[in-house]
Formats: sequence, C-alpha cells, structure tokens
Amino acid sequence: MLFHSILFYVFAAIMFGAALGVVFSRNPVHSVMLLVLTFFNAAVLWLMAEAEFLAIVLVLVYVGAVMVLFLFVVMMLDVNVEAAKRGLTRYAPFGIAIALLMVVELMQLIWLRSQVGDTVGGFVPNPEGYSNTKALGSVLYTEHVYAFEIAAVILLLAIIAAITLTMRKRPGLKVQNIAKQVGVRAKDRIRVVKMDAEKKS
Amino acid sequence: MIGLQHYLTISAMLFVLSIAGIIVNRRNLILLLMCIELMLLAVNFNFIAFSRYLGDDTGQVFVFFILTVAAAEAAIGLAILVVLFRNRRSIAVQELNTLKG
Repeated sequence: MLFHSILFYVFAAIMFGAALGVVFSRNPVHSVMLLVLTFFNAAVLWLMAEAEFLAIVLVLVYVGAVMVLFLFVVMMLDVNVEAAKRGLTRYAPFGIAIALLMVVELMQLIWLRSQVGDTVGGFVPNPEGYSNTKALGSVLYTEHVYAFEIAAVILLLAIIAAITLTMRKRPGLKVQNIAKQVGVRAKDRIRVVKMDAEKKS
Repeated sequence: MIGLQHYLTISAMLFVLSIAGIIVNRRNLILLLMCIELMLLAVNFNFIAFSRYLGDDTGQVFVFFILTVAAAEAAIGLAILVVLFRNRRSIAVQELNTLKG
C-alpha cells in the first residue's frame, strides 16, 4: 500500500509538472510534447484506479491520434513564437489569482468532505478475474447503445466538417461531372440518319 | 491509502491550472486548444474516481463519450485553425477583429 501511494504521488507530480510546462512553455512544440507526457502519466494514474480500458484508450486515441494531429498542425503552421508570446497579457496576474482562489476553494471542499464522509478509504479492489473491458462493454452496448450511436454520428460529423473546412477549390482542375456522365443517353451521342439504300449502278 | 480525495485533488489542480493557462495564453490559439484538452482530462479524472468510488461503470462509459467528443472537437478546431492561417497568414487572437463592425 505504501508503494502504491508513492507511485501515485510520483506519477501525479510528473503529470502536474508536465501540465505546468504545457501552459507556461515558450515553444508550442514543447507544449505538445509535454502534453503527451501529461497524458501518459494520466493513463498510468487511471491504470492505478483500475480503469484499464480507458487508460489504453487514452494512450491510443489521445497520444496516438489527437496529439499527433496537434503536432502536425503546430509544425505545419510555422507560427511566429516570439510574436505570439510577446508580453503575457495584463490580465495574467488577475487570472492566476483567480486560479489560486479556485484551487484553495476546491481543496477545502474536498478536505471537508473527507473529514465528515467516508471518502477517506481507498477504492474497493475489483475481484479476481474481473475484466474492466468486459464490464464496460456489457454496459456500453446495452444501456448506453443510443448514446453510443450518437457518438458515432458525432465522429462522422467531425470527419465531414474537417474535410469540408480544409478542402480548397483549385482553379483549372479537371474533374469528372458524374451527374452529367450518368445522365447521358444514347441519343445524345449517336445520331441515326434515315436514308435510302444506295442503288447499284 | 490512495482513494477518492487524492484523485479529486489532482483533478482540481489540473483543472485550475488549465483555467490559468487559458487566461495566460490568450494570444495563442493552439495553446488555448491544448488547455481545453487538459481541462477535459481533469474532468475525466473526476468521472473515473467517482465511478470507482461508487462502483458504477456508467461513469467510465461517460469518459468514453467525453473522449469521443474531445477528439471531434480537436479535429474541427485544428481544421478551423488551418483555414484561418491559410486566409490570414496568422493565428494571433488579437487580429481576429473583423466582426467588430
């Protein structure tokens, strides 16, 4: 149990440090890399909470797809880093003060609840042979199948939106007009000419 | 003993840090998107902690949907960013004042 706690604090500390780096780094590429580190450590913490499926999904989907997309865009856009970062805004101290206030309030709330309630103890460990993926799947495909289908539609929407946004019309491009091709009839192409047979002379 | 309140604490710290990040990095659209991702991660922490605490898998299913929506949001946001950069050669937020009238 002590080892478990030490592990938790180590990974939580790395995660928080990486998140700090994401926010305050000068270079967007460094920010993306540190965000990857944040997600990896978050996945480890989720593993420790015995949410194995979501931990794997976080690594596969977030680190594998979304972060690569971010990195791709950051490197493609070639943003002027210095101009973007010139002088933190004058609201920055105000924002940080509000953030500190919020964190104090939230901590106090959590601490108060842990004083009165029974949230202090650890999570109840899952029984031997318990499969998180199986449990999630049996809920996902029965109770939440409607939401699951909506999620599929949202992903389709994202595909269509991303493609239509970034597709550009290039002038002078030769493309097929499929409606015209399908709509063509034989009489548009061949003309049958009625004429008398030639006489043998 | 690592339990609910540890996960809630780390989640609260992460959430507040990303709020501070949004305020501090108001100039940079890419960092704003990254801070939103961090914020969603913090929310997912809460969901997983409570799901384990209450022994109810619905919380984890919800995290699954949040991940889906976040991926869609990141894809569309970055597509908008690319279009913006192509049209204006810059993604500085303070130059986006065309709608001011």
